[in-house]
Amino acid sequence: MDKINELNKDFLITKVLHNAHETLDKEVVAKLAAIKRDKINKPIITIGVNTPSRIIGVDEIKLGLLEYVHDRNFDAQVIDVGSLGLTTYEPILSVHLPGKTKLYFKNVSLENYISILDGTFNNYIHEEAVLCQVRNDIFEQWEQVPFMDELPYFKNQQRLVLKNCGFIDPNSIEEYIATGGYKSFLKTIRNNTPEEVCEKIENSNLRGRGGEGYPTGKKWRVALETASEQKYLICNAGESDPGAFMERLLIESDPHKIIEGISISAYAIGAQKAYVYIESEYEIAVARLKNAIKQAKEYGIIGHDILNSGYNLDIIIKEGAGAYVCGEETALISSIEGKRGKPHSKPPYPATKGLFGRPTVVNNVETLVNIPIIIEKGANWFKSLGTEGSSGTKVFSISGKVDYKGLVEVEMGTKLRDIIFRISGGIVQGKKFKALHIGGPSGGCLTEDHLDIEIDYEAISQAGISLGSAGMVVLDEDNCIIDMVKYFMNFLQEESCGICIPCREGTRRMHEILENISKRPKDDNGNTTLQRFKGVMQLENLAEVIKDTSMCGLGRKAANPVLSSLKWFRDEYEEHIFERNCEAGICQELRTFEINIDACTGCTLCAKKCPTGAIIGSPQNAHFIVQDKCIGCGICYDTCKFSAIISK
Amino acid sequence: MVIEIEVNGKNIKANKGDTILETLYNNGIKVPTLCRMDGFTPTGACRMCVVEVEGKTDLIPSCSFPVDESLKIKTHSTRVIRARKMLVELLLSNHPDDCLYCIRNGNCELQDLAVELNVRERRISGDKSKLNSDHSSPGIIRDPAKCILCGRCVRVCEEILDVSTFDFMRRGNKTAISTSMNKDLNFSNCINCGQCIMTCPTGALHEKTNFDIVQDMINNPEMNVIAQFSPSIAVSLADELGLRSGKDISGILVAALKRIGFDKVFDTSFGVDLAIYEQSAELADRIKNDENLPMFSSCCSGWIKHMEQSHPDMIDNVSTSKSPQQMMGAMIKSYFAEKEDISPNKIFSVSIMPCTAKKFEAQREEMTHKGVSDIDVVLTTRELVKLIHLYGIDVQSLDEEKSDAPFNNRSSAGKMPAVSGGLAESIARTLAFHLTEKELTNIKIAKLRGTKERRETYVKIGRQQIGFAVVSGLKNANNLIKEIRDGKSDIKFIEVMACPGGCINGGGQVFTNDDKALKNRAKIIYDLDDKEAINVAHKNSGILELYKEFLGEPMSEKCVKFLHTKYTQRDVLL
Amino acid sequence: MIESILEKYPFVQRDNIIPILQDIQKNYGFLSEESIIKVGKYLNMPTSKIYGLATFYNQFRFEAKAKYHIRICNGTSCHINSNLIIINEIKKRLGIENGGITKDGLFSLEETTCMGACGLGPVMAINERYYTEVNVNKIPEIIEYYLNNDK
Repeated sequence: MDKINELNKDFLITKVLHNAHETLDKEVVAKLAAIKRDKINKPIITIGVNTPSRIIGVDEIKLGLLEYVHDRNFDAQVIDVGSLGLTTYEPILSVHLPGKTKLYFKNVSLENYISILDGTFNNYIHEEAVLCQVRNDIFEQWEQVPFMDELPYFKNQQRLVLKNCGFIDPNSIEEYIATGGYKSFLKTIRNNTPEEVCEKIENSNLRGRGGEGYPTGKKWRVALETASEQKYLICNAGESDPGAFMERLLIESDPHKIIEGISISAYAIGAQKAYVYIESEYEIAVARLKNAIKQAKEYGIIGHDILNSGYNLDIIIKEGAGAYVCGEETALISSIEGKRGKPHSKPPYPATKGLFGRPTVVNNVETLVNIPIIIEKGANWFKSLGTEGSSGTKVFSISGKVDYKGLVEVEMGTKLRDIIFRISGGIVQGKKFKALHIGGPSGGCLTEDHLDIEIDYEAISQAGISLGSAGMVVLDEDNCIIDMVKYFMNFLQEESCGICIPCREGTRRMHEILENISKRPKDDNGNTTLQRFKGVMQLENLAEVIKDTSMCGLGRKAANPVLSSLKWFRDEYEEHIFERNCEAGICQELRTFEINIDACTGCTLCAKKCPTGAIIGSPQNAHFIVQDKCIGCGICYDTCKFSAIISK
Repeated sequence: MVIEIEVNGKNIKANKGDTILETLYNNGIKVPTLCRMDGFTPTGACRMCVVEVEGKTDLIPSCSFPVDESLKIKTHSTRVIRARKMLVELLLSNHPDDCLYCIRNGNCELQDLAVELNVRERRISGDKSKLNSDHSSPGIIRDPAKCILCGRCVRVCEEILDVSTFDFMRRGNKTAISTSMNKDLNFSNCINCGQCIMTCPTGALHEKTNFDIVQDMINNPEMNVIAQFSPSIAVSLADELGLRSGKDISGILVAALKRIGFDKVFDTSFGVDLAIYEQSAELADRIKNDENLPMFSSCCSGWIKHMEQSHPDMIDNVSTSKSPQQMMGAMIKSYFAEKEDISPNKIFSVSIMPCTAKKFEAQREEMTHKGVSDIDVVLTTRELVKLIHLYGIDVQSLDEEKSDAPFNNRSSAGKMPAVSGGLAESIARTLAFHLTEKELTNIKIAKLRGTKERRETYVKIGRQQIGFAVVSGLKNANNLIKEIRDGKSDIKFIEVMACPGGCINGGGQVFTNDDKALKNRAKIIYDLDDKEAINVAHKNSGILELYKEFLGEPMSEKCVKFLHTKYTQRDVLL
Repeated sequence: MIESILEKYPFVQRDNIIPILQDIQKNYGFLSEESIIKVGKYLNMPTSKIYGLATFYNQFRFEAKAKYHIRICNGTSCHINSNLIIINEIKKRLGIENGGITKDGLFSLEETTCMGACGLGPVMAINERYYTEVNVNKIPEIIEYYLNNDK
């Protein structure tokens, strides 16, 4: 993985990093163009090696590519890149032939990669697999291949944070520097005091992308102004929202950008030690980050007396051991200290008393990636993006029932409708949109009526939810809201740290109430309609108290999914409670089955398979389902060869 | 700096730096808590102490939030009370419904809160965590089903005892308090001190009761049932029995125990005098021979187990003298039995102690000779109270009675070890006699008294300056041992008590253990020392007679047989 | 050897505990009582604290995995693509719950949080091999494959 080229290293350090001038010599520019592969003299194949593509088997495909090139004695290079963010189409392969525009292919597999390559090298396009070509006026274009900037998915995004993702080699510091990387950091430590950096970030109105949207500059200033011989910066990369993946893909695709963000931020608060807290399960991300730190050290970008500035910085990776609550900053600090990931009451805030009792700033990955961008382009430019209260762009990970699942970066203030329908291609198979869930277990859901919300921190909190991790899950008519909320509640009752009563006991009871209304009555003393109804009344009370009294954000937001769904999908709750019906058919136990006596041949198969003995009847005669015994498992439905079982 | 804050519409004074809760308490405003412990940093876990603060969207835990000018607080608004009530209801929804059968019925913080918040309807119900109780330990029973996870036992065990038997295990709705590797308590490093019981708000931790067998034995005409009670008990349960506190009630206790049906009642203070006499002779020998110094005290059975498992290298430094309970037990089944011509098998010896570790000590193998245990059953102070109630004894109407011969004498030194520091002081007095055959010029050693966690002084005996140290709360003992290992300290005798403050704050005491009560108990003891004429163990005529008639000289062969024991390294999960 | 793992952490600091446990688990597959005792001695920490810490996090396990360790993604995206049906089918087929091991010691089951392939759910993995867009009808075949493999 490590690819330090000593010649390039000397060149980059002396001519680029140590170059205090704004402009670069022509020959330097030319050499940089070669390093960042703008100019090529042999075919370049890139393959997106990232978590989703690895799950599909990209490693074998990559071996195949190397073999392909080797067997044919091609003077071509195979390079790993991260992800373009379009996970639906992983693994994504690009082929760039000298003199021609760069081509992208989607859903590459062991079956088709050879024909893709064979075709491309023979000027023939594999029509099924081709995704797009990258616009470039100098090179010859491929015919009848759409340009990347014409695809709705790319066209409607504004990529600042994700700019490099999928394009540069995440294992190469050379490429990162050649594309202008680390310039912001070096400019900063050369020309600015920490005070000035804080001011700049304050002026940019950057708000923390971790969910609460707390102004980053303000947080920094508190830490900067708290006197202490040791301060810490922590990069919170412990995403662990079960439906969000932007931090993971961002680190996998552009790790040096995170290192640069950390370096500037640490400098701004006067920290000489920074930690990256990242789940150890994110194997690719961890490996690339480790490699990036190693390379940055070899280049003298981090370490002792960085490029003669007198500033020292050490970055340490702490691998998390799997706990959602460790996304909460005080719990994260406990975890780094080697304790149970238990949050603490605030105050004291980490900015005054955090890791090992020292002033500590915890920023999430996306926040940190925004830092070098702001330094490079200026606070005013940044402020000009987005809305009045929320500057800049926001990255979302979008999954669920849309055509294009993946990362989406848009300017703050973009309409939700545009994200779902224009960028992500709308609902799969043309089904009906039902709800959008934002922010994972701590977030909430929105309806069709909300799709014209122009998303930013204010708008989303006006809608009564929080941005949370900014994971978006789109639900269609086949999904059940109760089931969704129940899923999150179950997640939270397991992931609560278990210390404070409202969160520990409250999430558990809320989950039980939801379970009850999605079940049919078991016996006389459980789940009667009245009790189920009382349960829902209790649900609101519980939710209020949990929100009011919990120790940390996890608990305070735990009720969000429940409260928002009760608000917008109350009829669905009522349908479950009073009619014992789940329209989407997801709540299994609420399904009822009947036997069409005309179709039933009395083969007895269903009666044999029924786990509760609810089906009676004698052989050769039509059977009958005893509804009181039926648990709605649907085994009979799946078993019947004569379609005699009807689901209601 | 004194500032003013507004609470419930009125301005009250607050010290800057205090928490809201401290300020409220100082101003007589009560806010309920479940996880709070005096003298510990707040964890903010239970959320019972939440208050409404103007300008804050959520309720604020008053225990951890510092006061600030311009704070406007409501402590009992509808919103706050609603939240507190809901929290209690949530706890109850995962709590067994067996209050009537619970050892803490009528004495349970959760029950009290439910009453206080007027919980009168079951609004929340659901599955309860199925957790088994652990009866494996001879001293302590754990019933995790009743645990509300306040974490107080975890903290006291870690921060005061430095034993850390417990910690939180797992998380979320599966969170529980557990021992290391979730083993039974008797395989753990628990020292049975019972301090966890003292902090437990519910019945999740309690002593193992040995009531039934005591009743059976009392009803058995063939058995001679003998009781002894610890000196610390007579100063700690007056309140609990509805008597005027501030006085030693040994006489009343003797009378009550007699009414219950014990054939003989002895005051363990005699055993304490015996232990002081023997142990100081042992110390004198070690000083003369300059071996195995410093010598650690051996009275506290919690400390002994801790030493065996955590500091086995110090075994030779611990006094081999048995604890007063065990010496007394040994004398009852030998000297007394011989004197009264009763077979030791026909004696059932009950010891009433402020301690759960004594239950463990009594069943140690070393404390048994040929199948006969020195002590058959240990009851705690709390069990004694229940026994008195069970037998319908009206203590108000009792006249004081003297304890039975031949162990009916005691010196004031025999009472002193009830308080941390008292043993060291008493030992110093008798050590002087053993070494020089003279009395100390000043028998009151002020530097060994007080509430400081660790106290040290040098006492001039003959020509020597002999160093004494007193530690209570095992954490302080561990720190001292570390210093000794590092070569520090020319201390010759170290008194260690596991419980902070000594036996008056033992893990078997009644639950009213606030600072005031403890000070009061210590005062009664030291007052006795001031008032009484015999202040040293070696002037207790009963002791002298016992040696003359039965034991011979201190450290004699017979003494070693009856009054000394040995320790072995214990392999437990530390 | 656990000792050689401990040697890699020359500074006896509490914040090394999680890395050490991760290292041990990577090498041994799980945390044994013996290893917890050794770590406790090394870091001068009560084992109850180590056990309490380790049980807090998803990653640590206290018994070895089976020969075929099945991981099923229980992330949001897989959930709304009906992964429960698959989870239940596997549980039913193998007769084990989450975290359990079959009697013959062949299969163990773990429900994980998001594996990171949200576009491809439901996702499951057996040892290092991944299965995407799993259909409940494929389950018997997949399990059969490993059963045969073992014979």
